[in-house]
Amino acid sequence: MHGLINLALQGFVQDTYGPEIWAEVRSVAGLEFHEFEAMLHYDDALTSRTVEAVSSVLQKDDTSLLEDVGTYLVSHPNPQAIRRLLRYGGSTFYEFLHSLDDLSGRARLAVPDLDMPEFSLVQTDTQTFVLECRWLLKGMGSVTLGALRALADDYGVLVFLDGDTTGDQVERILINVLDRNFTLGRRFDLGEQVL
Amino acid sequence: MTGQTAPRDRVIAISGFALDILMPMHLWIGMAGQIIRAGPTLQKLAQQRDLAGKSLFDVIELRRPVVMPSLSSILTLQGQKLTVSLRSAPDLPMRGVLTALPAGEGAVLNLSLGLSFADAVIARDLTLTDFSPCDQTIDLLYLREANAAIARESRALTKRLQAAKSKAETQALTDTLTGLSNRRAMDAALAAMTADRGSRFGLMHLDLDLFKVVNDTLGHAAGDHVLTHVAEILCTEIRRGDIVARVGGDEFVLLFRDCDDVMLLDAIARRLIAQLEKPTHFEGRICQISASIGTTISTNYLVPTADKMLNDADIALYSSKRNGRARHTFFSAALEGQRVRH
Repeated sequence: MHGLINLALQGFVQDTYGPEIWAEVRSVAGLEFHEFEAMLHYDDALTSRTVEAVSSVLQKDDTSLLEDVGTYLVSHPNPQAIRRLLRYGGSTFYEFLHSLDDLSGRARLAVPDLDMPEFSLVQTDTQTFVLECRWLLKGMGSVTLGALRALADDYGVLVFLDGDTTGDQVERILINVLDRNFTLGRRFDLGEQVL
Repeated sequence: MTGQTAPRDRVIAISGFALDILMPMHLWIGMAGQIIRAGPTLQKLAQQRDLAGKSLFDVIELRRPVVMPSLSSILTLQGQKLTVSLRSAPDLPMRGVLTALPAGEGAVLNLSLGLSFADAVIARDLTLTDFSPCDQTIDLLYLREANAAIARESRALTKRLQAAKSKAETQALTDTLTGLSNRRAMDAALAAMTADRGSRFGLMHLDLDLFKVVNDTLGHAAGDHVLTHVAEILCTEIRRGDIVARVGGDEFVLLFRDCDDVMLLDAIARRLIAQLEKPTHFEGRICQISASIGTTISTNYLVPTADKMLNDADIALYSSKRNGRARHTFFSAALEGQRVRH
């Protein structure tokens, strides 16, 4: 698993619960280093072990834990690069949803060896969509659901989301857009200096 | 690239509104060289609400190719790549292409941001909706931002790796040129041996003679060759568990475990000198060196210490040097006080 993905999980624990909890996770998971390296690859089993350790230390079930990770990735200031790169997908929430089909290709433009989930969006009526998510490990559906919840806020849209993350190969998320202009949302400036 | 409009090409009508959608950075130019309509993004870039009515060359500067600033001369550039800038933004060069309109109605010039795209987006506060979905500027912006984030991570990793490398280097126990132990490893081994009360061992300090001559006349590569060769000889003369360390440019320390036999140590020292004196060849030239050696043994001392033993071996070594080099001397109390540093 790519270091960036492991690092996202580590960032979630450190930024939300602090360094002591991260130290506890490390010891439960048996990690022999302090921090994941963004640019290195790790054994997939290590990623699974870390997720299990976080869920046991925080006493959260996997689904709500991974949803929280997804929300963190979009809404926390530290990984703001992720929110910005997602917002490049479209100027409206609808455009953004339709850009998810291209997301893994887009991410690989920047990081060719990134293990991105594959998304495919099916529109069932004017305001209802089903997003299918395929990934190496189970749980990306929950991360995606948490991220979508935060992105809906970001775009100022009111949505109802429901995850069916029981599938082995494919996890599905039902997206029902209730109000496209619920709030003003957060501004997204193309030229914002984040460098 | 097109030439003149092909005779059978069908002419279509298109509204200004449609032009705005397809080419948000276009200029529609009339027969008199005045601007009839400007795309919304171009107006934003020019920071002027309405460009219509202005003369084309008051609004843009055609940088390349260089032609007379008139409609008739730029019409000869139909289909070619143009480098253009707005007079109000000379630091944001753009690319353009122009086509004549039918029946001499003027021309349409379509522009796009060149490599200055990021500066333009920042300076004019452009948004996603300012670009046509066909325009890849947004993808370039995305890539630029993603690359910057990745580069930050890579720089951080490189920095950590460099720190780890230099830490590893200071902790290293091996001399990188010869593969022998280094000073640090020798210090640790000697400290362990002196701490072990009752251990009997010999300490030999060996300094190459004439090495500087080889280095100065044949060059550093020859010097390195000699040092590697010396290391091989030293290694063949010791037993497993003994230590051979390169402790300076051409200085070596040998620690002989469980050996304080002066006859044996003297025989080893003489053999080493004889071996080292055999000439070697480097790129067809002969390298000739020798060695001076000073030795002390742990049983000389009630309580041997590393500093004292190294110092005494050094005194014996310089006695060898003083007495004509290429020889071996044991430390004795009588040598103390005669010591003259070279």
